Amino acid sequence: MILTFLMLTPMVGALALGVVPRTNERLAKIVAATFSLATLAGALAMLTRYDLGEGGYQLVEKHLWVKSFGVYYALGVDGIGLTLILLTTVLTPIVLLAAWDDLLPDGQRFHGYLAWMLVLEGLAIGVFSAMDAALFYALFEATLIPIFFLIGTYGTGPRTYAAVKFLIYNLVGGLLMLASVIGLYFLSSQSGDASFLISDLTGLEIGADAEKLLFLGFMAAFAIKAPLFPFHTWLPDAAASATPSTAVLMVSVIDKVGTFGMLRWGLGLFPGAAEWATPVVVTLAVISVVYGALLAIGQDDLRRLIAFTSVSHFGFIILGVFAATSTSTAGATFYMFNHGLSTAALFLIAGILIARRGSASIADFGGVQKVAPVLTGLFLIAGLSSLSLPGLAPFVSEFMVMAGTYTRYPVAAVVSVAAIVLAALYILVMFQRTMTGPLREDNANIRDLNPLEMASLAPAIVLMVGLGFFPQPLLNVINPAVDATLSRIGVGDPPPQTPQFPAAVDQEGGHE
Amino acid sequence: MTPIQAPEVEYALIAPLLIVSGGAVLGTLVEAFVSRKHRFGVQAVLAFVTVLAALADSVYVYLHLDRVAGVGRGQISTEGALAVDGPGVVTWAMLSVFALLSLALFAERRLEGGLSAFTGRAADAPGSPGEAEARAARLEHAEVFPLALFALLGMMVFATANDLLTLFVALEVLSLPLYVMCGLARRRRLLSQEAALKYFLLGAFASAFFAYGIALAYGFAGGVRLADIDRAVAAGADNRALLLAAIGLMSVGLLFKIGAVPFHAWTPDVYQGSPTPVTAFMAAGTKAAAVVALMRVLFVAFGGASVDWRPLILAVAVVTMLLGSLVAIAQTDVKRMLGYSSVAHAGFLLVGIAGAFAAAGRVSSVSAVLFYLAVYGVASIGAFAIVMLVRDTHGEANHLARWAGLGQKAPFLAGAFALFLLSFAGIPLTSGFVGKMAVFSAALSGGFWGLVVIAVLASAVAAYFYARVIVLMFFTEPVGDGPDVAVPSPLTTVVIAAAAIVTLGLGLVPGPALEFAQHAGLFVR
Repeated sequence: MILTFLMLTPMVGALALGVVPRTNERLAKIVAATFSLATLAGALAMLTRYDLGEGGYQLVEKHLWVKSFGVYYALGVDGIGLTLILLTTVLTPIVLLAAWDDLLPDGQRFHGYLAWMLVLEGLAIGVFSAMDAALFYALFEATLIPIFFLIGTYGTGPRTYAAVKFLIYNLVGGLLMLASVIGLYFLSSQSGDASFLISDLTGLEIGADAEKLLFLGFMAAFAIKAPLFPFHTWLPDAAASATPSTAVLMVSVIDKVGTFGMLRWGLGLFPGAAEWATPVVVTLAVISVVYGALLAIGQDDLRRLIAFTSVSHFGFIILGVFAATSTSTAGATFYMFNHGLSTAALFLIAGILIARRGSASIADFGGVQKVAPVLTGLFLIAGLSSLSLPGLAPFVSEFMVMAGTYTRYPVAAVVSVAAIVLAALYILVMFQRTMTGPLREDNANIRDLNPLEMASLAPAIVLMVGLGFFPQPLLNVINPAVDATLSRIGVGDPPPQTPQFPAAVDQEGGHE
Repeated sequence: MTPIQAPEVEYALIAPLLIVSGGAVLGTLVEAFVSRKHRFGVQAVLAFVTVLAALADSVYVYLHLDRVAGVGRGQISTEGALAVDGPGVVTWAMLSVFALLSLALFAERRLEGGLSAFTGRAADAPGSPGEAEARAARLEHAEVFPLALFALLGMMVFATANDLLTLFVALEVLSLPLYVMCGLARRRRLLSQEAALKYFLLGAFASAFFAYGIALAYGFAGGVRLADIDRAVAAGADNRALLLAAIGLMSVGLLFKIGAVPFHAWTPDVYQGSPTPVTAFMAAGTKAAAVVALMRVLFVAFGGASVDWRPLILAVAVVTMLLGSLVAIAQTDVKRMLGYSSVAHAGFLLVGIAGAFAAAGRVSSVSAVLFYLAVYGVASIGAFAIVMLVRDTHGEANHLARWAGLGQKAPFLAGAFALFLLSFAGIPLTSGFVGKMAVFSAALSGGFWGLVVIAVLASAVAAYFYARVIVLMFFTEPVGDGPDVAVPSPLTTVVIAAAAIVTLGLGLVPGPALEFAQHAGLFVR
């Protein structure tokens, strides 16, 4: 029940916003924040009931939903799902607080804005805990609607264009996945009672060709969502037109559904086809890593820059998932969490900067550190975290991904190392141009962070630093689930290739 | 001399049809004998009660249908003229529900200052002094109610006709009242009359094809009952050319009524010109009746020749989906847009039919299509009800540009319209998604996975033009003062609310309705 409770709490909050008087925006904000904090409390309560040693699904609830199709309302979490639910429930209060002073377009109210965000949170929790392919699909597609409205109604700039582009791109992928979902129904109904439960689907006999087609349908949706090169072009537009809070929910939470889906549904259901596709996916992931970083260097719009850094980071995550070694996959899962935090911090601080300066162009900033030292400091931490500086959490995960990938795909790992250098370039050059140097006159009245803004950013910064030095608690959650997933898929780690020294022979000889 | 045998008629089984025809006949008498002052109200109440009774009796009949082993339930009745079977009776009930919702829109009189949406005196030429006189005298036509009942009767018989002659008669009974009703709009009468004429001419043309097809089928099989034709097909009679021509020509007639490409040309014009309540009734009812009739003819009569017609239906489905969705993008009139959307949905329905899939315990073509028809029909009526409410000084403001900013002006109305559009687009957690999933899975189970891939891509194109309307309503600043939203009487409000509840409800809890459609079983022979 706790997962249903967790999923419904924010949705009830969205409904509650409907009865808040239209003129009382302050009350709407308080109600929304309260419900998101209640959800966070629920997530922490869930943590106490979760057995860390177990790799399988826990807290399972299961009811038949649509008998004709064999669809179950089945929720459950493993360590991977749990990590992402934690990310969702931690980030939502942060973005709701960060949205406190957002300027909405004329005629729009906070009620709808915050309600859509809460709906999105509820759907995201459902997506990360769905154990039924059709339920997963339904919730996955349903997340499009809140984002569509969040960008289109409350965004800035060419928001309509961005919202429609976002919707159509993701819908095309989703509909191809629908074809695969229906294919799964066809196969499972042929072998007895139809069922979409992940436990029934993993045991399904699928012919090699059918498996490849079904995998491609799922992968189309996830590659667009994640986004993987060359399906990434919607992301910069959407991120640049969204409010900072929307951008965080979209990039940090919902895009994770793509990489999460690859791991749980793509590799989980179709290991054979995944292996067949791995060379292509790994290549595209490496291209994403490098190409995203290169384009990020060339951006002038802060939000587009952050979006392209995300394309690069998602490349790493996908690389780690498809390398499918225990280190790389655990690293990728950990990276999903860390990227969520660092990108959230970057988007939110950039959003504050943009709101105060009235421009998103890097060229319009200069010397901000003189007037806003705290903001500058936090921006630096978020930036360094994005470039994976040791001591901050993303470093651990990026290192794990590369180390794990190297054992299976050394070339891919080596090429993607180049992105670390590029990352230093895009973050530090941006920081230098905006924050350092002489103070520009038109930057002089950029205020420093107020206490509310600091409070909203603090949890993300604390977690990034804390997990950077002490990642083990989260890895303890992730590792059993990753091991269970990989053993289900049936790919072991490649044997370590240590050189055979003569000394080893001597040692053996010594025993005789 | 042998005495003439009285035909054996199972009156209890076909009572829903008798109720509707009785109500319609009574309506014509009311028109003659009740004073003008009370006529509209009496007609409306009579029509409501009739359809409600027909609905209740359909449910009763359904519950008492005989079970047929391995097929479903029901029997052939009335000397072989009607097949009162599970899918047929379910269609009766569905059509009755559509009629109830549409009649509520027919009876809406608050939008035109106390008058209905129908012209006061249809005989007057548009713009003539007579028209002004009729307007000044506040005349109203109440004949629309018996006309609607006759059309409903035709639809109900159409869906259960078991021989080709009954099918043809039913086709005409359902079409003729609709031709008249299309031309009765109070506003924009030229457009309305043009729509009626177009619909009549093209419809008559399609009927001629259909009649010719019947003649050829008779020539092939030596009988007009669907079972006779099935036997002849199974016996492998020669004259295959005759069989193919019969299938082709009859399909033309039926595909015309469904609005499938290339017989769709009437759809946008007629949808646009007709009085909006009539458009709603037509969009839901005609489509449902014609699709069920098409399935019955193809599955029962020509089931043995499915190799011949499945490629045909497949090709028509593909062009219908693609053309309907693509052309809808370019529309600027909301009713035309919904017209092309209806064309696209005809394509999605044909996807389910092309699958021609039937197996126990799995979603069959018949049950999938029935579910789709129900959810599409209800959402359509709801959408057209909202079209009635967005107005300017010239009546309904149908140009899409006038809909800009509706979300700010009337959030609930715009929200309901968005819900219907999302359902049409097949977004999960709405009923349209379950319908799409059902027909696509029927097609895939029938072996047409390529068709399913084309269908999902067509859905994406369709989603684009639905999204455009949402963009207009919610993301665009209103032009000038924005659209005026009329305050309707409770009738229209109830229709919109009911349609929204069904659309959301069947999206969240589709299980019982889907199972019900499956239990209806297959057609009896």
